[in-house]
Amino acid sequence: MNTGLKSKVTSLPKPVKILIWLLLALLAYALPLLEPPILSTPDSDFASVLFTVSIYCLVALGLNIVVGYAGLLDLGYVGFYAIGAYTVAILTSFHASWPLLLAIPVGVVAAMVSGIILGAPTLRVRGDYLAIVTLGFGEIIRLVVLNTEWLGASKGINNIGRPPNVGDAPDGLFELPHLFWGNGTVLLDTKDTTKFLIFGYSDAVPFYWVALTAVIVVLFADRLIKNSRVGRAWEATREDEDAAELMGVPTFKFKLLAFATGAFVGGLAGGLFATQQSFINPQSFLLLFSILYLAAVVVGGQGNRWGVLIGAFLVAYLPERFRGFEDFRVLAFGLALVLLATLRPQGLLPPRRTVRAKQLEQELDELEEGAGGEETARA
Amino acid sequence: MPEAILEVQNLTLKFGGLTALDDVTFHINEGEILGLIGPNGAGKTTCFNAVTGVYRPTSGNILFQGGSIVGLKKHKITQRGIARTFQNIRLFPTMTALENVLVGADAQHSTGMLTALFRLPKHRREERDGHDRAMELLRFMGIHRKADELAANLSYGDQRRLEIARAMATNPKLICLDEPAAGFNPAEKVELMNLIRKVRDQGFTVLLIEHDMKLVMGVTDRIVVLEFGSKIAEGSPAEIRDNPAVIAAYLGVDEEDAS
Repeated sequence: MNTGLKSKVTSLPKPVKILIWLLLALLAYALPLLEPPILSTPDSDFASVLFTVSIYCLVALGLNIVVGYAGLLDLGYVGFYAIGAYTVAILTSFHASWPLLLAIPVGVVAAMVSGIILGAPTLRVRGDYLAIVTLGFGEIIRLVVLNTEWLGASKGINNIGRPPNVGDAPDGLFELPHLFWGNGTVLLDTKDTTKFLIFGYSDAVPFYWVALTAVIVVLFADRLIKNSRVGRAWEATREDEDAAELMGVPTFKFKLLAFATGAFVGGLAGGLFATQQSFINPQSFLLLFSILYLAAVVVGGQGNRWGVLIGAFLVAYLPERFRGFEDFRVLAFGLALVLLATLRPQGLLPPRRTVRAKQLEQELDELEEGAGGEETARA
Repeated sequence: MPEAILEVQNLTLKFGGLTALDDVTFHINEGEILGLIGPNGAGKTTCFNAVTGVYRPTSGNILFQGGSIVGLKKHKITQRGIARTFQNIRLFPTMTALENVLVGADAQHSTGMLTALFRLPKHRREERDGHDRAMELLRFMGIHRKADELAANLSYGDQRRLEIARAMATNPKLICLDEPAAGFNPAEKVELMNLIRKVRDQGFTVLLIEHDMKLVMGVTDRIVVLEFGSKIAEGSPAEIRDNPAVIAAYLGVDEEDAS
């Protein structure tokens, strides 16, 4: 894309770069308050949409570890998401009344354990077989929930616990006004405020902040793990499992680790989703979502953490932004995916190295064409 | 008598009705270069695969430094000190040359998820040691200028060299080279021969599969000859050259150099 800009950014001194990142993060946090005109969604609550987007980002980051780094095609990722969500729902409302901050770690661990239980027998099979097994897993989780009264069956579970408020209800520590974009004027909307930090039914902004924080933390962790022995082992396993094994990589262990890590992030996303929605039922965990998550990863560029974030943003945001088109929005969304797959098969933002390999390939092709042309000219 | 680092004892390997290796026995002494030769399909690579744990022997035993390695997992065998290259290059194409070697170096490391996540001292130490060793090996192979190139983008010869560097990075005692000179021109073969000697001089024991008789005769200390899965001869290069069974099996009846 704009390589000039990119090299300029990378050549900046470190404090400046950190400052830029901080400003970007601040902007991300302030987004639901700013409600910028083109970006904000006219037909649905912007903060809720942003919350959904950040949950998709979280899910995409987790799935990227499994699919992008370790190369394990997982079609049942929604299963881990469901386990996280249901654990939180059961512990905070249905069968107990734990505080949410305790329930979420338990949900995350439950998802991780289920990842290990699923992975231990199935990670011995490869490629297509793994995809089928995970596909089955996602559906099994949903069907079990649907048919178990203890888990709320089709009625679902409501009144799921919320994070504790900071400051006293109903006003919190202070109020943050939203912006109102009128005809060419920008006003502070004093009637529409977000109370810091009250987790209520009507205001999704605090939930968005929590989810965004989770995304940032996972992003950092992702980076640290990728640039280490673990990340290299995943990549080597993806590239050539037998060769990796013969170079001393315990591939099975690392595949299981990738699965568990992915499940961890998926469970976290599910738990956050449950608490914001305050109500879940099996309809929230259809196979469709597994496919959408995978679409986010693939569209964005599997193996590139920024790519999958963009993918997640598109997959979660576009259908909400164009809600006005009613049923056509799904068609448009599908068309957009098809176009993307045709025009950028490596994803919107493929890993840098894939780009480099492609460029070299192209250069070689051009050289060969040139040489071929010369030969024909000589002949 | 020098000490044997690897002993292959009565190794038999059957795939269904096909006997790929039939009662093969040989050993490698510490610090020598042993050539394993034979016509196509003689079972050389199968023998390699049995030693490195890819195939499980039907019967017989393989001792490495006195302990049996039969039935061990592949990565365990590598960690014990046997490394190999592949007949058809099998690098990790989307990783850089340096990263490829680092994967090898990681074989002796134990950094896990949490150590990496919290950047504990062990992670930093292993990462630094691994980088130093990897760069040293790339320099040794003469491809350090391409450390940041993707493995897929290296030239054929450099890919072969990178494979040897990656194998050496696992810090092995025995290094098995499966036709490292395949596809090389004569000049490159001579260069490779010197390189293999240098590898040995660094203290590695080398097991070498090779087709090119000149190369094998020039570089090895001893040679084992396989034909149809059985060992038909063993000895110094000079002995092998004059062994009528070898000439008949490998070089054809004509005494001219087949290649």
